[in-house]
Amino acid sequence: MAVASDVPKESFRLSMLIYDTRYRSVTIQVFVLILFALFLAWLLNNTANNLATRGKEFNFGFLWQRAGYDIGQALIPYTNDSTHFRALLVGLINTLVVAIIGCVLATVIGVVVGVLRLSKNWLVAGLMTVYVEMFRNVPLLLWILLSYVILSETTPQPRDFRVTDEMAAAGEAPAASMILWDSVAVTNRGTNIPSPLFDRGLGSADLGFMSVNLTTLAYILVIAGSVWVNRRILASARAQQEATGDRPVTWWKSILVLFGPVIALSVALGLHLEIPELRGFNFQGGILVAHSFTALVIALALYTAAFIAEIVRAGILAISRGQSEAAFALGLRPGRTMNLIILPQALRVIIPPLISQYLNLTKNTSLGIAVSYLDLRGTLGGITLNQTGRELECMLLMMLIYLTISLIISALMNFYNSTVQIKAR
Amino acid sequence: MKKSVFLGVVAATTMVAGAASAQATLEAVKARGELICGSNTGLTGFGAPDASGNWTGFDVDLCRALAAAIFGDATKVRFVPTTGETRFTALQSGEVDVLIRNSTWTYSRDTELALDFVAVNYYDGQGFMVKSDLGVSSAKELDGATVCIQTGTTTELNLADFFKQNNISYQPVTVADDSEAQRQYLAGACDAYTTDASGLAASRATMPDAANHIILPEIISKEPLGPVVRHGDNNWGDIVRWTYYALLIAEEKGITKANVEEVATSTADEEVKRLLGLSGDMGVKIGLDNAAFKNAIAAVGNYGEVFAANIGEGTAINLARGLNALWTQGGLQYAPPLR
Ligand SMILES: N[C@@H](CCC(=O)N[C@@H](CS)C(=O)NCC(=O)O)C(=O)O
Repeated sequence: MAVASDVPKESFRLSMLIYDTRYRSVTIQVFVLILFALFLAWLLNNTANNLATRGKEFNFGFLWQRAGYDIGQALIPYTNDSTHFRALLVGLINTLVVAIIGCVLATVIGVVVGVLRLSKNWLVAGLMTVYVEMFRNVPLLLWILLSYVILSETTPQPRDFRVTDEMAAAGEAPAASMILWDSVAVTNRGTNIPSPLFDRGLGSADLGFMSVNLTTLAYILVIAGSVWVNRRILASARAQQEATGDRPVTWWKSILVLFGPVIALSVALGLHLEIPELRGFNFQGGILVAHSFTALVIALALYTAAFIAEIVRAGILAISRGQSEAAFALGLRPGRTMNLIILPQALRVIIPPLISQYLNLTKNTSLGIAVSYLDLRGTLGGITLNQTGRELECMLLMMLIYLTISLIISALMNFYNSTVQIKAR
Repeated sequence: MKKSVFLGVVAATTMVAGAASAQATLEAVKARGELICGSNTGLTGFGAPDASGNWTGFDVDLCRALAAAIFGDATKVRFVPTTGETRFTALQSGEVDVLIRNSTWTYSRDTELALDFVAVNYYDGQGFMVKSDLGVSSAKELDGATVCIQTGTTTELNLADFFKQNNISYQPVTVADDSEAQRQYLAGACDAYTTDASGLAASRATMPDAANHIILPEIISKEPLGPVVRHGDNNWGDIVRWTYYALLIAEEKGITKANVEEVATSTADEEVKRLLGLSGDMGVKIGLDNAAFKNAIAAVGNYGEVFAANIGEGTAINLARGLNALWTQGGLQYAPPLR
């Protein structure tokens, strides 16, 4: 005891900040932090100075002014009288729609290709390898342009669908005709598909800051309700199976619960389809899915799927062979072995890299600019930026929005990841 | 110690950065030894590189005249292609010294964008082009049509207004530049292409089947196109403005590329003497040589010559002088007195 307290207390010297390992790391960190803060201050100062010399101020007020331009694909009501903020929302929704559809398609294609690449069938495995290598090794922008050019240059113009009086008299067929029982028209501008119409729609409720379409809301509620009831049925069936060993027959109940209410609702609201029809220059009625959208989704999905396929393949290969051998020994067929034994375990390896693929896909949607798809980059970062001259504000806002979307995707996927990981009990 | 050195460096850089942006454009151009002119990505007749990379055109000639006025050498100019979307940012950030690229003078560009339009070298208006077999003879018949439109332009806003006022609808296809618009229009992805009427004429001239396309009679807007500089450097603005007016005065006085030397030796007209640097010190007053305007005229010719050579009747673009005739001939082109 006495010995320990005898050690002379070394007095603190300034040089110790550098030569004493106890302090050195702190010194370095503080120094770097100061440098970083100075750099930030310089950036901000420089920006402020330059804005001042150009007589510009930093202000988001322009978002509430009239936008004045039109947008081809707007999934929420929008006219050129709407504000720039509304245009931003239209762009954001366009971005999200491409991202969501793209992610779903990419995952489906990626998983299928990844599994088939391991197929024992030489031809199938070879074809999948060719696909993966082709898509991974050519820049995405080229795939987007290629899909767009193929879609828009190989399809007929709307006027090719027209039957003039003389043609009708002569019994000639037009140069192009609609497909799928005359309900879908593919022109060089886009795909015209039928849209649902309601004779007795519920209208929409105005919540002040936004309006909600009650018909859509009714469908969402009914479907959610059906799914919930169906899960209860399955849960009670499982409970009975565990208690008695017999599983009651549930399939007809499930079908009834899942489809009955939706059909009833549709009949009650008078659902029917509005078929697009050639009037004037274009097909009118129905929904126009522009080729810029289709091309973007196809290219993004195929490109990202190639990466996902590799991730899936790596995930499957990471599961030891003993697992599938054990499953075969139990008499499971290869398909069921894959679905029940291998994939659930492989998911743990697959999900973390999958998150970054989703993030990539979402950010890559901004390449839609190449085919004039008006996403967030096209509205806020394109026309709004240009017409208002608010580069700094628009860019910052756009970065913030992409960052937020990415963080949300990460958070959701991390949550999902934590649910599929092995639970240590 | 180290820290204070660093702080000093930071402060110095910031100040240098600040000084550089406030430094007069003319000084910067002279120090660089060449003028950087923001141009089109390629619009035949107005500004486009030819097969060997030489830029030619109506707007390009004004850049060359400026280079001649500043350096006495019309080749000391570099052209930077800009799209409708990038042009003003390129000018504001100092990437180009002056923007001469079919740009419309508007209130918000003048004020909010902190730019200065120093003159109008082409009075224009927005029009529509359609294929003649579309069977349309007026823009008001375009209800429901798909229209190709360049983004970042005034034309995009005018289009929305025009259709709204006439209570008709359209489907916009927003493209980045003229060549993409032409590709889409020719492929039939749009029924109509809309932009400045001069731009339409220029585009049509390069189409393989020019005769099959018509420009509809409606002109739906005023598009005064002219050279643009950054707001705040008034001397630079004066140089660009008066170089342009010099070309106009030359036309008014009958001075051409061919006879400028001869006129300089024989003229008795006081304004011509001032223009050609024979009396007064007009050039020196704006920081140039007294022969500046003479050099500009000798390099590209007067306004009428520039017009006729690039876009006038007889060229493929075949535009009439119309509003762009001199005021003495019933047009709007009018230069203030040079005195
Ligand atoms: N005058 C309009 C339109 C300018 C514009 O973009 N013009 C087109 C055709 S007249 C052009 O120069 N295109 C050539 C290019 O994209 O490089 C404006 O200033 O906003």
